[in-house]
Amino acid sequence: MIAADTGGARCYFKEGSLANWRAITLSALLLVLCFPAWGVIEVDRLSTPELSERYQQLVAEYRCPKCQNQNLAESNSPISIDLRTEIRRLLEEGASDTQISDYLVARYGEFVLYRPRVQASTYLLWLTPAVLLVLGLLVVVFIVQRQKRGASAAPTALSGSEQETLQALLEETQSQQDKTANPEKVESS
Amino acid sequence: MERIKLFIPLIIFVVLAAMLYWGLGRDPNAMPSALISRPVPVFQLPALGGLNAGNTSAADNNATVADPGEVLDESIFLGQVSLLNVWATWCVSCRVEHPYLLDIAETGVRIIGLNYKDEVAAAQQWLAKYGDPYEQTIVDAKGALGLDLGVFGAPETYLVDHLGVIRYKHIGVVDDRVWRTSLQPRYQLLRDALPEADK
Repeated sequence: MIAADTGGARCYFKEGSLANWRAITLSALLLVLCFPAWGVIEVDRLSTPELSERYQQLVAEYRCPKCQNQNLAESNSPISIDLRTEIRRLLEEGASDTQISDYLVARYGEFVLYRPRVQASTYLLWLTPAVLLVLGLLVVVFIVQRQKRGASAAPTALSGSEQETLQALLEETQSQQDKTANPEKVESS
Repeated sequence: MERIKLFIPLIIFVVLAAMLYWGLGRDPNAMPSALISRPVPVFQLPALGGLNAGNTSAADNNATVADPGEVLDESIFLGQVSLLNVWATWCVSCRVEHPYLLDIAETGVRIIGLNYKDEVAAAQQWLAKYGDPYEQTIVDAKGALGLDLGVFGAPETYLVDHLGVIRYKHIGVVDDRVWRTSLQPRYQLLRDALPEADK
């Protein structure tokens, strides 16, 4: 709109900005295409497909010490790059998964394990879900049992006066319905 | 029994509130070092002072290769209580803590520098420009010692006793508060425990 009022220079500017948008959109698309490539480039450096597969599993299981909510595979912090390089080196040297795990834990602590070891300090972590499940089951069993008991206890006979009150109420309701409404209409509605 | 059941939600609330309150005061980034009570890893790395990287001419570079200067190993920690400070010129926080390190070095605290994944020339310029609080600076250009120490960023500061055993690690900037509340008390304890001859 402004461009139309003020002539050539603005027009040119407007076209330019449109081209910019195209460029930005295109770069954004290209960038998206780039992301999977990061992993691929590194994987290619391992000598056998078996090692690559183990490497992929391992880097997903360790936590980046710096950026603590990412695993080594996701993180691009320098320390993660270093640790990935170390894991590749150890794999090529024929280290077992346990050895690699020991190597990392000796330097960065249990903290780097996304799958914590089962030991005294992690019993709470590992056992809590099982304990909660058992507790939940117990609660369900308890409630069901109580409902069963309640159901069997329910049909106790009404006392004489209660029976009379109930009868009176029922008759009253019946007579009101007869007075106020046409029976067909009540049924159809 | 019914009475007790009424209190169950309150009990759950109190326990949960206590746990969350306890969690509030904790630093989620605090990560205990795996090397506490373990000796400083074995290493053999050049000392920054001995490296002749200030000159960039080919002849000097050749001289540096032929004469790598002084080589440091883990024995530099023996006999004295030291701080091991991991730093680099690319690390902004290191610049922040640098003046404070100069201050505590002046009070007689022995600080060993670990120049982590840095360029020798830049590191030497930095020390010449801002002052050198380090008795020795280990050059760890590839970050190998850093990896063995469990370093995941700079600055980090380790407290090492006179037997070369790591006793404490502080992650992040050392400032007055950190020094007075966490590092200095531990440092003083180790100093006091030293045999008379080493003091």
